[in-house]
Amino acid sequence: MSREWVPFGALAATVILIQLVTMFTNTQYYLTQLIMAALYSIVVIGLCLLMGYAGQISLGHAGFFAIGGYTAAVGTTLNLLPHRDHVLVRMAERAGLTIQTTNSWGVDILYFSPWITLLAALLLSGVISLLIGIPVLRLRGHYLAMATLGFGAIIYYILLGSRFLGEADGIYDVPGFGLPGGFTFDGARNNRVLSYYFVWALVIGLMVLMHNLVNSRPGRALRAIHGNEPAAMAMGVDTARYKLSLFVLSAVCAALGGVFMAHYNGGMGPTEAGTLKAVRYVAIVAVGGMASLWGTLGASVVLNFLSLRGYFGSLDDAVFGVVLITVMLVAPDGILRRLGMYTLRRNRDTAPDAFPVSAEKQVQRGTA
Amino acid sequence: MSSELIIQYILSGVTSGSVYAIVAIGFNIIYNTTGIINFAQGEFVMLGGMIAISLVPFMPLPMAVALAVVITAAVGALAQIAFIRWLKRPHVLQLIIITIGLSILLREAALHIWDEKVRSLPYFTGTVVTSVRIFGAYVSPQVFWVLGVCGAAVVLLSLFFGRTLIGQAMRACSADPLAATLCGINQKNMVTLSFVISAALGALAGCVVSPITQTHYECGTPLAIKGFTVAIVGGLGNSTGAVAAGLLLGIIEAFSISIMPMAYKDIIAISILLAVLSYRPTGLFVRREVGALKEF
Amino acid sequence: MFSRALVVVLAAVVGLVSCAQQEEPIKVGAIFSVTGPASFLGAPAARTAQMMVDSVNAAGGIAGRQVRLLLRDSVADPQRAISFARQLIEEEEVFAIIGPSTSGESMQLKSLCNDAQTILISCAAAETIVDPVAPYVFKTPQKDSDAVRRIYETMNDLGIQRIGVTASNTGFGAAGRAQLETLAPEYGIDIAIAEVYDRAATDLTAVVTKIRAENVEAVVNWSIEPAQSIIPRNMRQIAFDVPLFQSHGFGNIQYVREAGEAAEGIIFPAGRLLVADLLPDDHPQKEVLQKYKADYETRFNEEVSTFGGHAYDALALLFNAIEVAGGDREATRDALQNTTGLVGTAGIFNLSPTDHNGLDKDAFAMLTVRDGAFVLYEQE
Repeated sequence: MSREWVPFGALAATVILIQLVTMFTNTQYYLTQLIMAALYSIVVIGLCLLMGYAGQISLGHAGFFAIGGYTAAVGTTLNLLPHRDHVLVRMAERAGLTIQTTNSWGVDILYFSPWITLLAALLLSGVISLLIGIPVLRLRGHYLAMATLGFGAIIYYILLGSRFLGEADGIYDVPGFGLPGGFTFDGARNNRVLSYYFVWALVIGLMVLMHNLVNSRPGRALRAIHGNEPAAMAMGVDTARYKLSLFVLSAVCAALGGVFMAHYNGGMGPTEAGTLKAVRYVAIVAVGGMASLWGTLGASVVLNFLSLRGYFGSLDDAVFGVVLITVMLVAPDGILRRLGMYTLRRNRDTAPDAFPVSAEKQVQRGTA
Repeated sequence: MSSELIIQYILSGVTSGSVYAIVAIGFNIIYNTTGIINFAQGEFVMLGGMIAISLVPFMPLPMAVALAVVITAAVGALAQIAFIRWLKRPHVLQLIIITIGLSILLREAALHIWDEKVRSLPYFTGTVVTSVRIFGAYVSPQVFWVLGVCGAAVVLLSLFFGRTLIGQAMRACSADPLAATLCGINQKNMVTLSFVISAALGALAGCVVSPITQTHYECGTPLAIKGFTVAIVGGLGNSTGAVAAGLLLGIIEAFSISIMPMAYKDIIAISILLAVLSYRPTGLFVRREVGALKEF
Repeated sequence: MFSRALVVVLAAVVGLVSCAQQEEPIKVGAIFSVTGPASFLGAPAARTAQMMVDSVNAAGGIAGRQVRLLLRDSVADPQRAISFARQLIEEEEVFAIIGPSTSGESMQLKSLCNDAQTILISCAAAETIVDPVAPYVFKTPQKDSDAVRRIYETMNDLGIQRIGVTASNTGFGAAGRAQLETLAPEYGIDIAIAEVYDRAATDLTAVVTKIRAENVEAVVNWSIEPAQSIIPRNMRQIAFDVPLFQSHGFGNIQYVREAGEAAEGIIFPAGRLLVADLLPDDHPQKEVLQKYKADYETRFNEEVSTFGGHAYDALALLFNAIEVAGGDREATRDALQNTTGLVGTAGIFNLSPTDHNGLDKDAFAMLTVRDGAFVLYEQE
């Protein structure tokens, strides 16, 4: 095994170790928040690629998370029984794409298999991000931040304004996600250990994927864009296409996190699309050091875990604000690098600067 | 639709539009000097309102407003000095994130200094129920205060940036920081000054809109989002454009309510923002050639 | 000799055990939006809960045991509410959970708490929380439908038929709007127009203009936000003079103060907490209401609101059931759903296995605003 894969092995080992420790100390409940933190991490890993490697800020990823979560939630709570005679429903049923059961309130329900809604969620977020990305990614800096913020807000208002989507109450009673082997991914206590391993396997898989992407030809092109876009263009890099693909990829990641969050918690509310959540994702990537997948994952797990366990009480947002500003002022290229831990990385020169100097002009140039 | 009703819609559009406009002007000042957008501008608006409301039981209204403006300006200066001034060559992403962090901090501070309750300043003229009749439609006199302050701000700012030495120096910093420094302009002081002025203007906005919109610790962000929208639609850095765009957006929103469910009002405003950003990022009121000089 | 020693030792052990049992506090979880968008509801509820637990503990606890309140701030975020609920249930093994104050969060917790067989006493209004009935899920605020019925009855008395409805885009607003629309035909009311506004709305002149154009005879506004004082202001400013009805969300004197003169004459249903001092002396709720009001206002130096009262009722119901059933959880749940005649701030609770709310429409009084204060509408 080459040294490149050591961190992934270490992560897998840590995941297993934590589970074993919680089992022997009888503190398995910690896994609950670790699962939720992992689901939020899926979002920020994608966003890290977009922000850190392509230098494109997005305050709209909470919107994609919600698109994923709501697609899964609506698809698996919509009772198809009254529409059983419909051609499409009959076809889906015959193809084995539906599940029939009785819910906890004694009502017979027929709903789409979570695999179908997962696919639908990923497709939907992909298409929407493509449509929104084409015009928006021509912008930079504040303009891009505002445009993506606006996109997130539109999603939020649509969720709040549609009865079909549960308005402010959101969707609840979402069933678990049935996986091969008879195991269900959901919040039930007896499924927790398996759910924990499932979701962390997902995170590790995603990290491997992203790591490979960053170190491939497209990855180098992306870093060139972040370092100096005109220069990259001059070198023949199709900057617009790379930025767009990355935007779509990160949106799909966000939707993936949303899908499993909906199944894990049995529901989703419109606050998931809110500006505050979007700001949190950006904050976590920033705290992690922008162009550092490992830093982002670490920041995400630690901050989300502590926040979801309620350690900060009513000061939760204030703590986020303080951490954010402190990191930006003291260690803008990430705490890990500031501590010198980046020597863990085999080829440190592959990681771009969080804030390349060559882009400074962007800040200072304005209009009279 | 009767003509009276049309005028009433226009007036209600002007009411909310004037609020958007005055918030938007604040963004332009920092942008004019530094080229950055201050994501905490909405919190300056909130702070101005909150401070004035706390002071009003102890002193006459004009004094409370003046003091609130001074205190908020000081907060703006402190924030800039503590978080931005000493950074060497900050990147635009870094500045966006710092001002976002600042907005979270100011909001949380307000929550713990005051509380979660809603407050408002008394109407400057008349009371809650006073209204002025125009062609059979009605409008609150406070709207004239907001418009008046908008107008005064636009005139004073254009005089300041156009005629005074300091104002010209501030613009020079934005146009070319290096050349400005070579001319003996202290760029750092100019940036701090721009934060002071925009915080002061934000606070003033917070005071005049408070009787209409009410003030509580979370009110900054929604106002700021509308303010951003208006500032961009009007052309960033262009205060006259901001007022025009604010009123336009207010009136469009009012008429959109007349024909469709109000739930979609904000979606319309944001769609306009996205459309403008995508197809005419210089704003509606700036000539394309001028805009072509900008970076997006 | 030996047997006597054994008896002494046994007695000591039994004593120790029972002593330990006595000293182990009853843990009660509380999930409220103390900050964030629903803090209008959650903050007074959290304060009330703390106050009640303190006073119960000072008086020697419940069934001889002290009560420990574990308060979590959910910021009205369902994911956080779920995380906290799981924490409270599994780690703290709480006896029961009170809150949350929004219906969205409550609905997310409904199955969770029910499956975990932990009592949840929600402080949110939506009727779906207790319909269908989940064995472990209760709620204390009055039913939205009863609020609507009281409003419609008043309208029938006043001969009002054609109305306009405005509601905020929160769970509270949506649930109320749905009930208004469902019950309208029953009372011969015609809803000419229904509009939803954002909870952060700052000016609603345009929407009241639109409603005025529909020639309605009254307006009903359903929300919990500051918009409750913006609507009356804007109506008066455009000289739109029809009766304004609001929901029980208006039960907070601060909104009256914000609306100033425009609040005069607003009619709304509410629990009798707000008019405690105006009730006749023989009213069964008067003593409870006056005591809660006085305690709350002295301790927190702010006016009482009905939202804090929902937390009061939740704890009062829970403490009563624990007192009746002893320390057993199942027995407590049974006692809880068979509670009758418990005097709370929202009304007199008569629960049953099929009714996990236990309030009827008499829990509401119609109130109005006169000279900046709440008064009973019936007395007008």
